[in-house]
Amino acid sequence: MNIPNQPKISAKRVSVYYGAKRAIDDVSLDFDERYVTALIGPSGCGKSTFLRTLNRMNDTVPNARVEGDITLDGEDIYDPSMDVVQLRARVGMVFQKPNPFPKSIFENVAYGPRIHGLAANKTQMAEIVEQSLRRAGLWDEVKDRLSDSGTALSGGQQQRLCIARAIAVDPEVILMDEPCSALDPIATAKIEELIHELNGRYAIVIVTHNMQQAARVSQRTAFFHLGTVVEYGATSDIFTNPRQERTKDYITGRYG
Amino acid sequence: MSETLVAQLPVGAAEPDERAPTDWRTQSMQRRIRQRYAAERRFRLLGLAAVVLSAGFLAVLLVTMVYNGASGFVQTRIALPVDFARAGLVLDPARLRGPGADLALAAAGVEDATDNAAVAAFGKDGATLLSDGAWLSVRAAIKRDPAIMNGRSIVWVPASEAIDSAAKRADSPANEAIVAQLKARGALSTGFNWPFLTASDSNDSTRAGIWGAFKGSLFTMVVTLLIAFPVGVLSALYLEEYAPRNRWTDLIEVSINNLAAVPSIIFGLLGLAVFLGTMGLPRSAPIVGGLTLALMTMPVIVIAGRNAIKGVPPSIRDAALGIGASPVQVVFHHVLPLALPGILTGTIIGMARALGETAPLLMIGMRAFISAPPGRISDPSTVLPVQIFLWSDQIDRGFVEKTSAAIIVLLVFLLAMNGFAIYLRNKFETRW
Repeated sequence: MNIPNQPKISAKRVSVYYGAKRAIDDVSLDFDERYVTALIGPSGCGKSTFLRTLNRMNDTVPNARVEGDITLDGEDIYDPSMDVVQLRARVGMVFQKPNPFPKSIFENVAYGPRIHGLAANKTQMAEIVEQSLRRAGLWDEVKDRLSDSGTALSGGQQQRLCIARAIAVDPEVILMDEPCSALDPIATAKIEELIHELNGRYAIVIVTHNMQQAARVSQRTAFFHLGTVVEYGATSDIFTNPRQERTKDYITGRYG
Repeated sequence: MSETLVAQLPVGAAEPDERAPTDWRTQSMQRRIRQRYAAERRFRLLGLAAVVLSAGFLAVLLVTMVYNGASGFVQTRIALPVDFARAGLVLDPARLRGPGADLALAAAGVEDATDNAAVAAFGKDGATLLSDGAWLSVRAAIKRDPAIMNGRSIVWVPASEAIDSAAKRADSPANEAIVAQLKARGALSTGFNWPFLTASDSNDSTRAGIWGAFKGSLFTMVVTLLIAFPVGVLSALYLEEYAPRNRWTDLIEVSINNLAAVPSIIFGLLGLAVFLGTMGLPRSAPIVGGLTLALMTMPVIVIAGRNAIKGVPPSIRDAALGIGASPVQVVFHHVLPLALPGILTGTIIGMARALGETAPLLMIGMRAFISAPPGRISDPSTVLPVQIFLWSDQIDRGFVEKTSAAIIVLLVFLLAMNGFAIYLRNKFETRW
């Protein structure tokens, strides 16, 4: 069903309004499933807002309005016939602050598969949980205490648990909204390593403040400024040879 | 990133003026420190005094209640020798077995026989020593063992109010003399007043019990909880999670807050007009009391519930929505369990208030004299606080201690209810 060269997610002329205020202005971006795409830009430039339109998390914000077309595998995700619940299962999300459920580690990972009926029995569920935790690089650290509360883990472990939770529902795309901003450098390194490993299996879109991080983990980078995309291209080009003056100013630290 | 920070500094900002170093040891500094410590001490003492004062009031209340009420749980009994063989009871022993027993005994003249036995044993005023309900004990004795009908037997019967009171505390010299006499004969004993817990209201304080009011309170509370809790929680969930923010929901919010502050007697009038007047439900019934109190309790649960739901971190909702939970799943799998301890706290407060409520129940007729415990929620009954109110109005001395004893029962009911709710709350808290 996936036509070669068709982007996984395609956003065309997307604008987002909060009431009368326009947060995103006419943004068009295509995301390829082979790549990690980084969205960078100064605070308040709309990169998180844009990310949240990709799995319709902005629906939960009162008086937020989205214009334009966003397609997932060619399907319009804002079409009335699109089931939001299923969309969010296909497009998983990892948030800025680690937000495990105050339940056991096992339950945290098993919750998604359970509500979507992905496991036929307990053995299968245990397999899904183990596989997800392994992929998130957390299995060896927690395999002996799966019944402990997810909130008892360290910040970095919690974030990897959240990634395992997102992986468990077998998504096609994973959106990450500044996943390392609340973590120390060691935990950050682990998450970045994890993103490398997940690359290829899932299309990944990551919002980050940290330009070194964008350079390290992504193959494509989009630079947002004041609600518009200033420049989008291969990460190596953006960082070594930016075409726009504004991009250059930002990545050299002229403003932020 | 340090480059970024440097770049952000405003260029050419004026340097602040040079300041003299602060001397922290001057007189005025020392005084400031002393004042600060004094203020700290003062505040702490005031707080402590407030706590001691309120604890003191509570202690005085409890001690008074227990002191006055403890004797209400004690019953004075008199040993009454009855010569059944000559008592002239018209009774066929064969009928004492089976369902016709009460009917047979009712016509047998046990009451006269009891009075005669009292006169024979204690002189011509003997009958006044016994409670009006003494013959009930005699009847019970016959039922328990019909064989005693053939000879003489001693039956322990409750003493009259005057004797009971004289046996427990100072009373008129005449009554005290009788008590001393009875004691000397070994015909007086005291024991736990079981009838107080198993009987219902009565004109005679020695026969009055709390069971009917207790059962009425229980029924009323069950009705209140069954209506107020689900309706209150669902309203809170809907208003917090689903309702759009607009003028209508603002209006509803203000109305609910106002409803929580409406004096309870108004709810009684409402219950009278709506449940009795329009809907024609039975008077004095726990169902009407429960409905009326549910109206009063609901806003408290809604307000507490909304606050508890607001307290659930939005990140949990995001997390659940982010892996594809539907809004209903988010509410029932995550928000409600996390908010439940807070909701239960609000429910405890609301129910405790409802349990102690008297005024609205007076309005719907629950102040009637009802001498039988309710069998169903539509039977006439009274409730504990109303029973206390009714007994406190009685002139008989025996009712003074009964009033305090009933208050103790009400407080125990309240503590049990709160204890159960706290247990539930802790259970839900530790599950996470």
